[in-house]
Amino acid sequence: MDRDPRVCVFGEDVGHYGGSYKVTKGLAEKYGDLRVLDTPIAENSFTGMGVGAAMTGLRPVIEGMNMGFLLLAFNQISDNCGMLHYTSGGQFTIPTVIRGPGGVGRQLGAEHSQRLESYFQSIPGIQLVACSTVYNAKGLMKAAIRSENPVVLFEHVLLYNLKERIPDEEYVLSLEEAEMVRPGEHITILTYSRMRYHVMQAAKTLVNKGYDPEVIDIRSLKPFDLYTIGNSVKKTHRVLIVEECMRTGGIGASLTAAINENFHDYLDAPIVCLSSQDVPTPYAGTLEEWTVVQPPQIVAAVENLCQ
Amino acid sequence: MAIWLSRSKKIAHLLKPKIAYFPQPKIAPSEFSYKIYENHVNSSSFGTLSGENIRSPHVFLDNSATMSALNRQWRRTESTRAGEQVETVPYSDDNYEDENQALDFPGGRVSFTHEMKFISEAADKRIPCYRVLSDDGYPIAGSRFEQVDKETAVKMYKSMVTLQIMDNIFYEAQRQGRISFYLTSTGEEAINIATAAALTSDDVILPQYREPGILLWRGFTLQEFANQCFGNSADYGKGKQMPIHYGSNKHNFFTISSPIATQLPQAAGVAYSLKMDKKEACVVAFTGDGGTSEGDFHAGLNFAAVMDAPVLFICRNNGWAISTPISEQFRSDGVVVKGQAYGIRSIRVDGNDALAVYNTIRAAREMVIHEQKPVLVEALSYRVGHHSTSDDSTKYRPVDEIEHWKTARNPLARFRKWVHKNGWWTDDEESELRGSIRKQVKYFINAAYFFL
Repeated sequence: MDRDPRVCVFGEDVGHYGGSYKVTKGLAEKYGDLRVLDTPIAENSFTGMGVGAAMTGLRPVIEGMNMGFLLLAFNQISDNCGMLHYTSGGQFTIPTVIRGPGGVGRQLGAEHSQRLESYFQSIPGIQLVACSTVYNAKGLMKAAIRSENPVVLFEHVLLYNLKERIPDEEYVLSLEEAEMVRPGEHITILTYSRMRYHVMQAAKTLVNKGYDPEVIDIRSLKPFDLYTIGNSVKKTHRVLIVEECMRTGGIGASLTAAINENFHDYLDAPIVCLSSQDVPTPYAGTLEEWTVVQPPQIVAAVENLCQ
Repeated sequence: MAIWLSRSKKIAHLLKPKIAYFPQPKIAPSEFSYKIYENHVNSSSFGTLSGENIRSPHVFLDNSATMSALNRQWRRTESTRAGEQVETVPYSDDNYEDENQALDFPGGRVSFTHEMKFISEAADKRIPCYRVLSDDGYPIAGSRFEQVDKETAVKMYKSMVTLQIMDNIFYEAQRQGRISFYLTSTGEEAINIATAAALTSDDVILPQYREPGILLWRGFTLQEFANQCFGNSADYGKGKQMPIHYGSNKHNFFTISSPIATQLPQAAGVAYSLKMDKKEACVVAFTGDGGTSEGDFHAGLNFAAVMDAPVLFICRNNGWAISTPISEQFRSDGVVVKGQAYGIRSIRVDGNDALAVYNTIRAAREMVIHEQKPVLVEALSYRVGHHSTSDDSTKYRPVDEIEHWKTARNPLARFRKWVHKNGWWTDDEESELRGSIRKQVKYFINAAYFFL
């Protein structure tokens, strides 16, 4: 917001309250009430407002208090955000960033635990990115704001408390690149967002058992970084996808199809996709745990694949 | 009655020119009808010491039925009726020539004018708020309200106290880490309980999330509340929803869904099914001031109006939507004026006055069921507590404001004074009740652990 006066923030309670997860804390005091705008409770309307502002030269960052509420803005995101650049023949660009906390938290109930990446992935014209560490959150956010395309940035409710040392100098990450978390030889594990931490936990166990998993955080959910993924598949010949969205029609499903299409010859075994159960997320802690992929399941899947 | 009709027609004439210009009417339809009634009542010396108590709401109903029939004649723009009116009404105004010429546009006949006049965005005066008890618990002189009998009044007061104590203890339980989340209704107990008392158990409730008092009134036990908050095996929701998202089929209380205002379009659907079954019941859909900004509010109200759905919309205008104050939520005169935009009758009531709320809901419910039309009630109040346990409201509003509403404008204190003055409640019973409820709530919270 410092660098570019056209960057502004819209959302519910983002101004003086600082945002429901304090992401925009302090910004209203620094940049004023107009640039950090508190909107009434109408997701479709303020997303539409963001599209309109973007078409006339501003660069809005639209916050959904919880990603799940952005389902109300689905029409604006798909029909307008995604399409207008195309249907206007390139005359208008929509440089918006749509962001918010999503994913399964700790006992937030079904309506506050939505994973929208699976619903949004079909929309033509938008880019989907998921951040997972402090370092890539900053880099991806900057890249998203600077991008001329509409970008949906998926943050995770449980990752807001992470603390990490990051470089002082300015850095911007690429929106279409995956991140190599841990190079390995035996199997490629593709993951994103919070599941990265479950995978790394499982990786520790696997290393103790003698396996050498290669862990890639795909970060870019649309388009997939098939270059990095492909190189990895060519090396290890086995793929396990670990994700938090539902099995049906999720990111994993599309990724499975993409890898099968492009790298079928390099695979020694069918791709295994571990996803959340196809149920609304229950509130009870024990039930909630069972619907999300846990490290022991990842370990078991790797062992099976590497027979 | 004939005298009344002709009298009111004359007044209708005087108001006619104003209607054509469409400013905010100086006299709202319901106010208008009460003015007529008041004169009649005064002339037959109906007054009593404690204001003018009426035994049943039907006295209002007779009046409002006739008045509303009248209102419908000169309010609704159905083409034939408006046409009749225009032709049969004699004038002696300057605008006579204009007023007699009408245009037949889709939607009905409108008379036209040569003067370009914009309807003002704000009326000269805000719509007044119906209240019956003063801050000291005395009925306001000249107020007319349906008398509440001792049993109901005491039950109402006890329920308000139970709700308040339950809220306090569950809130503390969340702070202690026993439950993960809680949301209080502090400051809005009167709206909760008085509304519940005014309805029947057949009326289907579609809540937002700050209406547990209705379940309490209908017999939901403290144990059942605790079970839901803990999400244990005895919970009706089977642990699938967050705390305070109560739902009970047998109490006609739909399971709470957090996204705001989603229940409003659903209300029209439930009403539709009640209509088909020809049930003597209505749907009551709640929302807050923030919820009126959602698209679903517009859709829900519009549908209900068009489909003649028997829905009673209650908006709890408590001043805050998490940290967003009303000044940043809408620019209209509150929510009550939005009713007319959809062709829905509406009223503004003092939400901290339990008696006023009781009366209003009783009357509104009769209207909704007998006329099969939606009604909008705006209950003004204040959200004394934080939005939820995930919020600290002192960060965005002054502490003395919260304290003022907690003490000086407390709905419980006000109702208690009235009940006390009638000799129906004593201080001893008060302390006994509070102690007993506290013990019970704590007991049931501990019991909830057994079912985990």
